[in-house]
Amino acid sequence: MDLKSLYQEIILDHNRHPRNYGALEGPSHEAHGHNPLCGDQLHLTLVVDDEGVIQDLRFEGKGCAISTASASMMTEHVKGRPAKDVEALLHEFHEVATGKLDPEEAQLLGKLKIFAGVAEFPTRVKCATLCWHTLKSAVDKGATATTE
Amino acid sequence: MAESASLDAVTCKGCAGEQPPIDVEAIRADFPVLHQDVRDKPLVYLDNAASTHKPLAVIDAVSAMYLRDYSNIHRGVHTLSQRATAVYENARERVRCHLNARETSEIIFTRGTTEAINLVANSWGRVNLREGDEVILSELEHHSNIVPWQMLRESQGIVLRVIPIDDDGDLILEEYEKLLNPRTKLVSVSHISNALGTVNPIAQILRMAREQGVTTLVDGAQAVAHKPVDVQELQADFYAFSGHKIYGPSGIGVLYGRKEILQDMPPWQGGGDMILSVGFEKTIYNEPPFRFEAGTPNISGAAGLTAALCYICNHGIRRIDEWEQRLLAHAQHRLREIPGLRLVGTAKEQSCAISFVLDGIHAHDVGTVLDMQGVAVRTGHHCAQPAIERFGLAATTRASLAVYNTIEEIDALAAAIRKAQEVLS
Repeated sequence: MDLKSLYQEIILDHNRHPRNYGALEGPSHEAHGHNPLCGDQLHLTLVVDDEGVIQDLRFEGKGCAISTASASMMTEHVKGRPAKDVEALLHEFHEVATGKLDPEEAQLLGKLKIFAGVAEFPTRVKCATLCWHTLKSAVDKGATATTE
Repeated sequence: MAESASLDAVTCKGCAGEQPPIDVEAIRADFPVLHQDVRDKPLVYLDNAASTHKPLAVIDAVSAMYLRDYSNIHRGVHTLSQRATAVYENARERVRCHLNARETSEIIFTRGTTEAINLVANSWGRVNLREGDEVILSELEHHSNIVPWQMLRESQGIVLRVIPIDDDGDLILEEYEKLLNPRTKLVSVSHISNALGTVNPIAQILRMAREQGVTTLVDGAQAVAHKPVDVQELQADFYAFSGHKIYGPSGIGVLYGRKEILQDMPPWQGGGDMILSVGFEKTIYNEPPFRFEAGTPNISGAAGLTAALCYICNHGIRRIDEWEQRLLAHAQHRLREIPGLRLVGTAKEQSCAISFVLDGIHAHDVGTVLDMQGVAVRTGHHCAQPAIERFGLAATTRASLAVYNTIEEIDALAAAIRKAQEVLS
């Protein structure tokens, strides 16, 4: 595996220029994520409308390129989707990121499939999945997600 | 008992005297694990502060134990038990010799440094520390020399005081002096910092404590593979280290305790071997060191530990230190040349760990890109969160050296770091 297959241009781009970065004022849902392994912190704020659709969301925090890009790409991916889809998305993302599901067979992930590259680095899987656990926790009205 | 294969395998040839500098290629030939490719690149192992690899002498000693001499130790009247006991007790003598302790009864085997410190906290600490008594630690400490004392704070109400470090990662001794007071009962500090590589002026620190009548514990986990240690010269009350960081097996370590102190300490774990006699009405505890070694210990680990100490001793700890200091100087020079790299920890005297950060790049990404080039380093807070946070950081990348590292490997590290910057910036 060469360097570029994990650190693909799209991941580096989202790391350099994270989308939907910051905090929403008056969020309907929010959650805090923490990866004790590296001390990475992530805060998510969401506005979910009466129909249960994620109208807007933002993230902020400090993390590595994988965790920042994953959070940035996640926000783009779920904006406008029903909050109830988050569980299935998290599940599929986790399966791909841990190498249990061939990215070609993933139905829901679109360009997020590129995170299949982290499967070769077991200690880095949590970097990619932290934002998803945090999102799940937010839509479940939880407060804190950890990767432990 | 002379027929013990593992005992023969580990006989110390005596400490090296005047000898030419280390022949690193000859040393590398002793470590089979180094000769492999990782991700299609030659392995460059620079995670030695976490754990070192094992020379064939250690692997053979452990193997010989299981192939020929293994049995449970002490009390067995049969031959194998006597051989295994001889190997185990010979290890104690080797450790005594290596630390220059007066007696083997001052050498307690533990699982490692962590257990050694927990032993002191739970045995000596529970008897000698009362509410309001103070224990002095340093900002450089590994979590294993912080958490046991916090646990004691919860149960005994002791107070923890912390010697701060300056921007170079040196302990501020003037602050330490101010912390020492009549309530101080223990000073527990590391000999060498695992996170920053700072070599603490341990003799001076212990002397200052002793002048106030304060008991001392040294976490020597990062020291014994790199520096000569003489517990009598240091006049340390306790000194702890781990086998796996000195080219020996994991799961065995040592607590040295001064005889006069050990005599008065109660056991901290109960079980077999730590007693003289057991009755339901009354049990009589064994003498040190056995009082502190309940249950079947790491017998093969002791054989391996002996071999590891002999390996160090035969090559000469001063020659090892000289070679490592050359590597360290080269590494500091190479890393300082890299734009956007900042060394974290620039202490007056440093040993084998070098921490650094790269502008705008998270340590975990550095670690992964280095791994993809065959270079093994550690990233994160290195179980010394307060020390890393002192520099306003959550994580650093740490390269740590051992005697088998080469100048070429340092160059490979520098090249891999530049590649990481190229890929990730």
